[in-house]
Amino acid sequence: MVAETAKLNIDGLKLSYGSKQVIHGITFDIQPNEIFGVIGPAQSGKTSMLKVINRTIDFTADAHVEGTVKMEGQNVFHVKDVYEYRRRIGMVAPLPVGLPLTIYDNVAFAPRSFGMKDKDQLDELVQRCLEQAALWDEVKDRLDTLGTMLSGGQQQRLTIARALSHQPEVLCLDEFSIAIDPVTTMKIEDVLKELRNEMTIILVTNLVQQARRLADRTMFLLNGDLIEVDETEKIFSGNAQETKTNEFVSGAFG
Amino acid sequence: MLQRSKYKVIREVLIEWIIRICGISAVVFVFAIFLFVFWQGKGLIFSGDFDFWKFLTTKEWYPASENNPRYGVSALIAGTVSVTVLAMIIAVPFGLGAALFISEFCSPKLKETLKIVIELLAAIPSVVWGFIGLTIMNHLIMELFGAPIGLTVLNGAIILALMSVPIIVSIGEDALQAVPDSYREAGIGLGVTRWQMVYKVLLPAAKNGLLAAVLLGVGRAIGETMAVLMATGHAVHIPFDAEFPFLHGLDSVRTLTATIAAELGETARDSSHYQVLFIIGILLFTITFAVNLTADLIVKGVKGK
Repeated sequence: MVAETAKLNIDGLKLSYGSKQVIHGITFDIQPNEIFGVIGPAQSGKTSMLKVINRTIDFTADAHVEGTVKMEGQNVFHVKDVYEYRRRIGMVAPLPVGLPLTIYDNVAFAPRSFGMKDKDQLDELVQRCLEQAALWDEVKDRLDTLGTMLSGGQQQRLTIARALSHQPEVLCLDEFSIAIDPVTTMKIEDVLKELRNEMTIILVTNLVQQARRLADRTMFLLNGDLIEVDETEKIFSGNAQETKTNEFVSGAFG
Repeated sequence: MLQRSKYKVIREVLIEWIIRICGISAVVFVFAIFLFVFWQGKGLIFSGDFDFWKFLTTKEWYPASENNPRYGVSALIAGTVSVTVLAMIIAVPFGLGAALFISEFCSPKLKETLKIVIELLAAIPSVVWGFIGLTIMNHLIMELFGAPIGLTVLNGAIILALMSVPIIVSIGEDALQAVPDSYREAGIGLGVTRWQMVYKVLLPAAKNGLLAAVLLGVGRAIGETMAVLMATGHAVHIPFDAEFPFLHGLDSVRTLTATIAAELGETARDSSHYQVLFIIGILLFTITFAVNLTADLIVKGVKGK
């Protein structure tokens, strides 16, 4: 793992909300085009870490960040245009957030905001994103109905399509399968395997087996500490370096 | 023991009934008020020489004339409408803008301060507003526009706008706060600017609440009496015509509410003048009812979509 080629370098990242520290200095890097799994019980700082990475943490008034996060060598807290930076990262939240717009507008929202006006270009982009999110066939006849009218699993795929709409380099998925059924989950997992050819994926998951199925490497976070990060095979082999990791993946706690 | 004690059963029934009466009382009061107003005015309505169409469409308002009292309220309706509409043109952008700023763009500290100040603004009695209109605004308008008198549509509208803004702001802000944060995060996470997020995501999500805020402001403006009575000059006059700019903001007008307030004390009980003022009351009641009903229908229509 040579640092220069990494997509993201996180170095000594600490995060506190007010006086409560939730991430206690974690250091790791994420390679281009890998699926990077993040596991750990609730309150481990997984979601907060993603918020730091796409800098939505800026909107939490009492949040304080230390350490550096670099994207392709550039410190993300020093980027000139934060909106431009956020576009390079796609974010999918645990519960699907269908914006109060039509299916088409949900996906076209971001590109339009960046100035894409050409109807054909937009149509093509919307179709491609929905296809990539394995949703196109189910919604192609009703693109002008409200996104919030879709079922939970469909809405989640809609948010994935939306996250893809601004052609991100890094796709962050935060426990995306929490609200959807296993069949849909498997569908989306297949999608992710395809997408890794085009982008880097950070997969925060509450299902340790999901990380095992998909991730190249897996990181185990516990109460804001990085316990271990290694090849997924190694983490789940039962012979991980840390006993806590072995206990967690075998279901002893968490 | 499976049986509950008698005391507990009675207490529960009692509480249930008290709550039920509280709920029903709202409806009862509204009907009672309407009936009372109607009762006071009914003598004239059924007297035979009262022409409702003429009442609505003529502008001669000479209720105190000895030989030939005429009751035409079209000028009064025009007064109410012109002041209300102009007030809303001023108040809605300000109110919604302030609500947006407080909810989305300002720091938490400033937010608390602004909310307190705006609540204070809402607590100023209307007669004080009227006084401001009568003195400060009056001079200001005379000097700025060279008008012979400053007690005008514009004066009343500005005063009413200042009175409606706090309502629009606080209800509008509540509506924006009710939009889940996940919407904001999802919008921002897509890499759009804050303003794009507000415009495209937040406003559509909060539109019902914002509409309610505006309509409560309208309700306040239509119903307000004392301030407009003092600020608009109290002249029976239609301030608009068919030619550009349609509305003459520097004309004095008189509103429906101000007419009731100013004249009711001067009339003999059950005289036709007294009764016609109550018919104006019914008219006001109908207008506010229509506004509220429209609001309800619009909100339902928006929801059903």
